[in-house]
Amino acid sequence: MDYILEVKNLYKGFPGVKAVDGVSFSIPYGICFGLLGPNGAGKTTTIEVIEGIQKPDEGIILYKGKNRDHRFKQEVGIQLQTTELQQYLTVKEILLSFRNLYAKRADLNDLIAMCYLDEILNRDNRKISGGQKQRLLLAIALANDPELLFLDEPTTGLDPQARRHVWDIVQTIKMKGKTIILTTHYMEEAQNLCDIVAIMDQGKIIAMDSPINLLNQYCRGVTITLPSVIDADMLNSIECNWYIVNNTIEIQTEKPHDCLRVLIDKNIDITGMVVRSQNLEDLFLKLTGTQLRA
Amino acid sequence: MIYRIWTIFIARTKEFYRDRSALGWNVIFPILIIVGFTVVFRSDSSPILKVGIVALAEKPAENVISNKQFNEFLKIKYINFIKFNSKEKAIGSLQKFKIDMVIDSNSKTYWINESSPNGYLAEQLLKGAQNKSSVFKKQSFYNKGIQYVEWLFPGILGMNAMFNSLYGVGYVLVMYRKNGILKRFSVAPVRPFEFLSAQILSRMFVVLATTVVVYVGTVLLYGFKCKGSLFTLFVLFALGSFCMISLGLLIASRSDSQEFADGVINIITWPMMFLSEVWFSLEGSRPWVQKVSQFLPLTHIVDGARMVMNEGATLLDMQFQIVYLVAVSLLFLFLGSLLFRW
Repeated sequence: MDYILEVKNLYKGFPGVKAVDGVSFSIPYGICFGLLGPNGAGKTTTIEVIEGIQKPDEGIILYKGKNRDHRFKQEVGIQLQTTELQQYLTVKEILLSFRNLYAKRADLNDLIAMCYLDEILNRDNRKISGGQKQRLLLAIALANDPELLFLDEPTTGLDPQARRHVWDIVQTIKMKGKTIILTTHYMEEAQNLCDIVAIMDQGKIIAMDSPINLLNQYCRGVTITLPSVIDADMLNSIECNWYIVNNTIEIQTEKPHDCLRVLIDKNIDITGMVVRSQNLEDLFLKLTGTQLRA
Repeated sequence: MIYRIWTIFIARTKEFYRDRSALGWNVIFPILIIVGFTVVFRSDSSPILKVGIVALAEKPAENVISNKQFNEFLKIKYINFIKFNSKEKAIGSLQKFKIDMVIDSNSKTYWINESSPNGYLAEQLLKGAQNKSSVFKKQSFYNKGIQYVEWLFPGILGMNAMFNSLYGVGYVLVMYRKNGILKRFSVAPVRPFEFLSAQILSRMFVVLATTVVVYVGTVLLYGFKCKGSLFTLFVLFALGSFCMISLGLLIASRSDSQEFADGVINIITWPMMFLSEVWFSLEGSRPWVQKVSQFLPLTHIVDGARMVMNEGATLLDMQFQIVYLVAVSLLFLFLGSLLFRW
């Protein structure tokens, strides 16, 4: 199988921290690959090493089967997690000035339309909203019509509607056959956009597959959430995993029948109880014992 | 490559131009200083007078003339007596406002600059000490001397170029690094050389443009003329700003702390301001001070500008200044590019 990007045994440490601790993955052409994990899991360091911003301590990174060379910078598009832009320049000027740095340039009108920049084209880039800025940064990353696109937490800090906008743009890019690497700590984002998800924690990939397979493999049960803290000892008699999360109890079980029966038998107040099917967030809780958004 | 440099040049220049407060400040500040200083100096002279004594003998300046009245003059406090070995040198310094009076012990003659308030004061003190017995003959300048403002102006232009360059490049690059703008450029296909060239060109353009505006503004205000060619002056300031910008790049080569950059720029600019004869001449100051002064690029910019504007020097006359500025610029650029990280 042909891969656009292969990462083998990548290590990167900082004094006192193993930020990336032996990460390997291969990304086929045309998919959206997600690195999902909490803050500090090593997602950003991983992609910054691939992008060339940081040097790896160890490991091999192959772009189209070869070491990265001058072509790499020309052919990839990069959206960093936080970037300030030059002051006093309008959205259009910023976009043009980045676009001019590349040999291959995306059609300007397409970029503007795809990233919904029409209304803010002539506005000072410091006077646009968070969502608008994120779309501008996305347009900058797309300015060279890249074959491989890096998106580092593209929706962090955005409101739900702005997040939807970004998701729409990413879907459009996917439809054009581009390969995308995306980091996120939002489970829905990974589930919605990614063809393959690698779940990262403490510098390691702890699970990697398509979201469907991951859920089928690890999360066939349901999650029951109880609003108040109860005597936890009672739960030990049920076949389940349980966690205390933000003053609620989350019970993951493949036998909801038995679980509910025990709760009722023990006269536990089940007002406010929520029963739902499991998602990647539950998977993360199961694999690490901690919350994704901790 | 040229296109990428041009693109970043345009973006940086627009960014500066639209920052109206910085733009205004760069133009108004030097004019305010000139106006302020000439007003201050008209009414209130510097407390220390400098008097050049021309003497052939290898004796200290105080002993060259044995005359009771003159000894009274030499005892007056707050006058700095500087010994010169030749009359021409002493008078040259007088013409450049470096000293306030020249006394020749051989011909018993003194010279002052008629347009200088300090010269007048020194003359009055000498007359008072002689108790009207007039040992010394007076020779004064009318035409050859220059106005104080004409002496001050090249210094202010040089100083403005220095601040404008160091802050415009040094401080801004550090801010770029801190805000992640450099990081963003680093992942685009732009080489550091291209990015930095664009920064240098943009800032040179800004410095030279503001220098022209300040020059025209001051000339309109005071109505004096540049004795040398404006082209020569332009070349000198182009080299001078290039040198200061290179120094700015060196300062900004690594740090991402604006406070640090600010501190370093202050440490560099303040001594330069006072040891490069922007405000006052170093004639008669300690030899080590004068030596240090010779190492400072601003000294050579200001020196060169005074030579062009006040004495009509040509590029050929400024060989030394030009070679020095180019050499120092290359050194700064070399070190800066060695140390640079995005």
